[in-house]
Amino acid sequence: MLKLITRRLLISLVILFIISVLVFVATLLLPGDPARAMLGQQATPERLEALREQMGLNEPAWLRYFSWLGGLFVGDFGASVTGASVGELLGERISASLVLMVAAAVIAIPVGIIVGAYSALRRGKAGDHTASAISLVLAALPEFVIGIVLITVFSTTVFRILPAVTMSPPGQEVWEYPAQLILPVLTLVLVVMPYIIRMMRATMVEVLDSGYVEMARLKGVPERQVITRHAVPHALAPVAQVVAIQLAWLAGGIVVVEFLFRYPGIGQALVDAVANRDVQVVQALSMLIAALYIVVNLLADIVGILTNPKLRTESAS
Amino acid sequence: MSIQAAETTTTAAGYVLQAENLAVATLGGKEILHGISFALTPGRVLALVGESGSGKTTAGLACLGHFRTGLKHTGGTIEIKNKYEEGSTDVLSLPETGRRGLRGGSISYVPQDPALSLNPAMRIGDQILEVLRVHGYGKTDAERRERLAGVLTDVGLANDTAYQRRWPHQLSGGQQQRVGIAMAFACRPEVMVLDEPTTGLDVTTQALVLQTIHGLAEKYHVAGLYITHDLAVVAEIADEVAVMLSGDVVEAGDVKQVLYKPQHRYTRKLLSAVPDLAGRRRIGDVTAITGDMPVVDPETGKANSSVAPGLAAPSAGGKHTAAPAATSAAAPEGTDADGNLLSVKDLRLAYGSNQVLDGIDLALTEGESMMLLGESGSGKTTLARCIAGLNDTFHGSVSLAGTELAHGTRDRTASERHRIQYVFQSPFSSLSPRRTVAESVEVPLLMSGKYSKAQRRTMVTEGLDQVRLGASYLDRRPGQLSGGERQRVAIARALVNAPSVLVCDEVTSALDVSVQASIIDLLRTLQLDTGMAMLFVTHNIALARHISQRLAVLQKGQIVDLGVTGDVLENPQHSYTQQLLANVPSM
Amino acid sequence: MSTLESGARSPEETPEAVSKEIETPPGLFRRMMKQKQAKIGMVLTGIIVLVAVVGPLLLPWATGYTSTEFSGRPFQPDGWFGTDNLGRDILSRFLDGGLRLLIYAALATAMGMVLGAAAGMIAAYQGGWLDSVIMRGNDVLLALPQLVFALLAITVLGPQGWVLVTVIGITHAPRIARVTRSAAAGVITEDFVRAAEMYAVPRWKILGKDVLPNITGPLMVELGLRMTYSIAAIASLSFLGLGLQPPTAGWGLMINENRIALMLQPWGVILPVAAIAVLTVGSNLITDALARASANVEETK
Repeated sequence: MLKLITRRLLISLVILFIISVLVFVATLLLPGDPARAMLGQQATPERLEALREQMGLNEPAWLRYFSWLGGLFVGDFGASVTGASVGELLGERISASLVLMVAAAVIAIPVGIIVGAYSALRRGKAGDHTASAISLVLAALPEFVIGIVLITVFSTTVFRILPAVTMSPPGQEVWEYPAQLILPVLTLVLVVMPYIIRMMRATMVEVLDSGYVEMARLKGVPERQVITRHAVPHALAPVAQVVAIQLAWLAGGIVVVEFLFRYPGIGQALVDAVANRDVQVVQALSMLIAALYIVVNLLADIVGILTNPKLRTESAS
Repeated sequence: MSIQAAETTTTAAGYVLQAENLAVATLGGKEILHGISFALTPGRVLALVGESGSGKTTAGLACLGHFRTGLKHTGGTIEIKNKYEEGSTDVLSLPETGRRGLRGGSISYVPQDPALSLNPAMRIGDQILEVLRVHGYGKTDAERRERLAGVLTDVGLANDTAYQRRWPHQLSGGQQQRVGIAMAFACRPEVMVLDEPTTGLDVTTQALVLQTIHGLAEKYHVAGLYITHDLAVVAEIADEVAVMLSGDVVEAGDVKQVLYKPQHRYTRKLLSAVPDLAGRRRIGDVTAITGDMPVVDPETGKANSSVAPGLAAPSAGGKHTAAPAATSAAAPEGTDADGNLLSVKDLRLAYGSNQVLDGIDLALTEGESMMLLGESGSGKTTLARCIAGLNDTFHGSVSLAGTELAHGTRDRTASERHRIQYVFQSPFSSLSPRRTVAESVEVPLLMSGKYSKAQRRTMVTEGLDQVRLGASYLDRRPGQLSGGERQRVAIARALVNAPSVLVCDEVTSALDVSVQASIIDLLRTLQLDTGMAMLFVTHNIALARHISQRLAVLQKGQIVDLGVTGDVLENPQHSYTQQLLANVPSM
Repeated sequence: MSTLESGARSPEETPEAVSKEIETPPGLFRRMMKQKQAKIGMVLTGIIVLVAVVGPLLLPWATGYTSTEFSGRPFQPDGWFGTDNLGRDILSRFLDGGLRLLIYAALATAMGMVLGAAAGMIAAYQGGWLDSVIMRGNDVLLALPQLVFALLAITVLGPQGWVLVTVIGITHAPRIARVTRSAAAGVITEDFVRAAEMYAVPRWKILGKDVLPNITGPLMVELGLRMTYSIAAIASLSFLGLGLQPPTAGWGLMINENRIALMLQPWGVILPVAAIAVLTVGSNLITDALARASANVEETK
């Protein structure tokens, strides 16, 4: 089992490495000179040359790659076009975004799993149809559509009870005004949950139709025990996969939601950086999000290995 | 209406479970069971026999008050005798909790496929303990553990703690099935419903499992309902039989009476389709080949002695009548120096450390039919595929008419490809659902590139005609055909190029027994008509006398017995063949 | 007697044999259209596609303005739905803003489908090292969320139409390749593919004529799903101001431009939001019906 997990871990590291190369190479394709971009058109050749030297632009590409990669490991993400350290720029924003993501995940995952399982158990009944129809519609809607509908309903035309945009002044922690978190979190929950519901339902339906669940019923096992001991354990691994994908999606989806609610997180920072062509920031954020995706997927794989006795025992012997 | 099994087989007092006028329909309203009746007596086994789609599993599950998704109970009762008091209870009128109390306790179920029915994430000991706990067997956990060890011994498995802690995937198919039986037997039920529990097991394991079931039923006075499609197994295990057809019981009674003096025409037809080892019965319309038509000519057929030394020449009674007239024209250039059409020499194949085929020598003369017999894992399909060029990872040689063939089919010449044709096991898999019959059958013609569209159409129609399918089948798709029809189409595809060797890989194992008979019949006729040689690969030794002149027995990648069919069957040389023959269920 | 009649029936016609029918091409579409949700989806999608296709032709005949023409002051209730942030006619911009979104989404989806289906089928069919290379490549692409990948590309290459189409197409490809690979792997183990091998049918022909027709079900589902996501992705990028660039009319862009005045002049946001919502919900309903039809699940209602 350990061998299997180590293998997955190594694959993950290799993928992360390849992504870092891709992300770095992408910036080499960038037209124009980063030094000129920072100093403007009026800069003298001497100053440009000095800055190039300072930024290491005169070194060969592979050397710059390794110094950039090395920097990532020690928390040095390079400098933004504004000259500020990317690490400092993003520090606060990362924690603000994490608040949003964790809150959304803590709500969406358990509720999604429970509603999905409920749907599967009440297959074909009214409750199932309602849950399926709602999740089908929600799954189709882009996040900004859901967000704008929520804003329209709760902060402008109908109720006017929640703030439409983030109000906290810079320097203050976002969670000091909990009301401003409600709509962004709700938007993320409504975007993420339908997938978890649909996957949980599909997996449970499949498991409930399996030979071993039928056999458990034919042994006279009470229904509750059939579900907890024979059905649910088999649904966990596939659902862990979907949860992982959804968590990773949160890392991307947060961009639109933060932009919509003017929330001071990494998503907002990323949009600004793209608009300003602030390469170092885009690089750092891409690597961060890719790393998150890989870690979450690795965890899901480990859940899959742990819940499957075949995988668990095979490599042990 | 159907015959009342209850009245003919049991006295009113003797039964422990009685189904009366049981009717089941789909939620859409289509009736699956049209009101069937049967009764079970303690210590006796009733076999419910039928081909696929006859409703036998539905009837078996109804005994436990269980209906699969999409089915509902529409009429009739299942009375089970009360355990502690007089009288009986209708299982089907009990609420869900009441049924649950009976399931696994008084009535238990052994499923068809243990690999799917054992929970893969639960240790086997725990799965058996679960049923004991649910039904409150014994007062303490220690008592239940004692029962667990006992019941494992009863079914012939090890009962130590280490074995109980195994996962299902760590057991063989036969062991898994015995765990299933142990689970069903754990609470000492009065009735056991066994749903084809030996399908997919090889004959030796099947014999063991049947023995276990029989022993348990007799020793502990359990009533058994044994669901099966295999009449030979019925003869082996059952005391009474009920024959099902399309949701009705058409004939029921004592096993001897039904099997040897069948009344209903369907039973008779079913019985006549069952191949027998002795070859006495004629399945289909064409006579069994072996006795009457030794295609291997006693005078020129010296090839035999070189591959199977010590074999006497085929029986002197063999006349030349059956020597394939059609091949005589092609004969001169069709064989090698030894008179063999196809010869396999020292064929070896290994996957890693697993030696699948270990030095195979085999030869086929023109117009001859040879059976390649082997159980699952013997390497028989691999060998067949090596010959057809579908597997090119082997060492050794395959020669056709003296020319050594390239290993892979793509490296062989077009005419070599034409001369060896291969028919796959499952007609549900070997025809693309998206192609019409004509499109599938013309592929070999298309690839030869020699014929115009109109010529191909004519040849396809002729091919279909050969397999007794009319031109009306040309534009149908496999989805509109039955299993037997599909297999005929697959055979037609192999025939359009007029092959000299036809390799048939388990071509009847996916089909019902009556369809099997018609396919065997067809293959024999075709072989006589066209004079092609045939290698018939199968696990079913009972077919031997019906299809082959010579028989090769394959075990673990080696040919352990090879000779004229009758000789091998009557005088097996190898212990493995002897053991196989001893375990074959027969009627 | 009924038993005798059924006894006379050939066993090859038992219900089991008849019910073993495998899906045939016209069946998939018909089974899909049998479902109520497919009809609703068709109507919803149809309305929006019609608006998007016919809309530009109606300009300026219907409103009197083109989509970029200044028709008044910002956020005034002039005309049917008022003016936008720059005083342009909202209805004009709405009518003109859908077609480009649809075309981009369709191109991106088509590109993703071709790349993904080809990669998936080749990976499944060839196996071995090629399979590993393709699937590991997929893992790399999958590790960046679609939107982040698009933003990275836009940073480097700028927000041009072909960049949007290409980057969204490329990010769809690995997802489609996964589905195709697993569907094709199921078909490739079937004996009819082995039979084609035996007759030495060229490999590309086996993929095209034996494998592809048998995985159209999952591919159609994937097509619908990816179309929905393409629409959402292009609209989202435009909404972020990184997709279609002003002064082009686009639904996502309109939302971005007008959301500051949601209370003052809601039509500038509501029209495009409603259109995108109806379009994606409609296409998702069709996709779901298609998935049910392809899985041959007939839910009892």
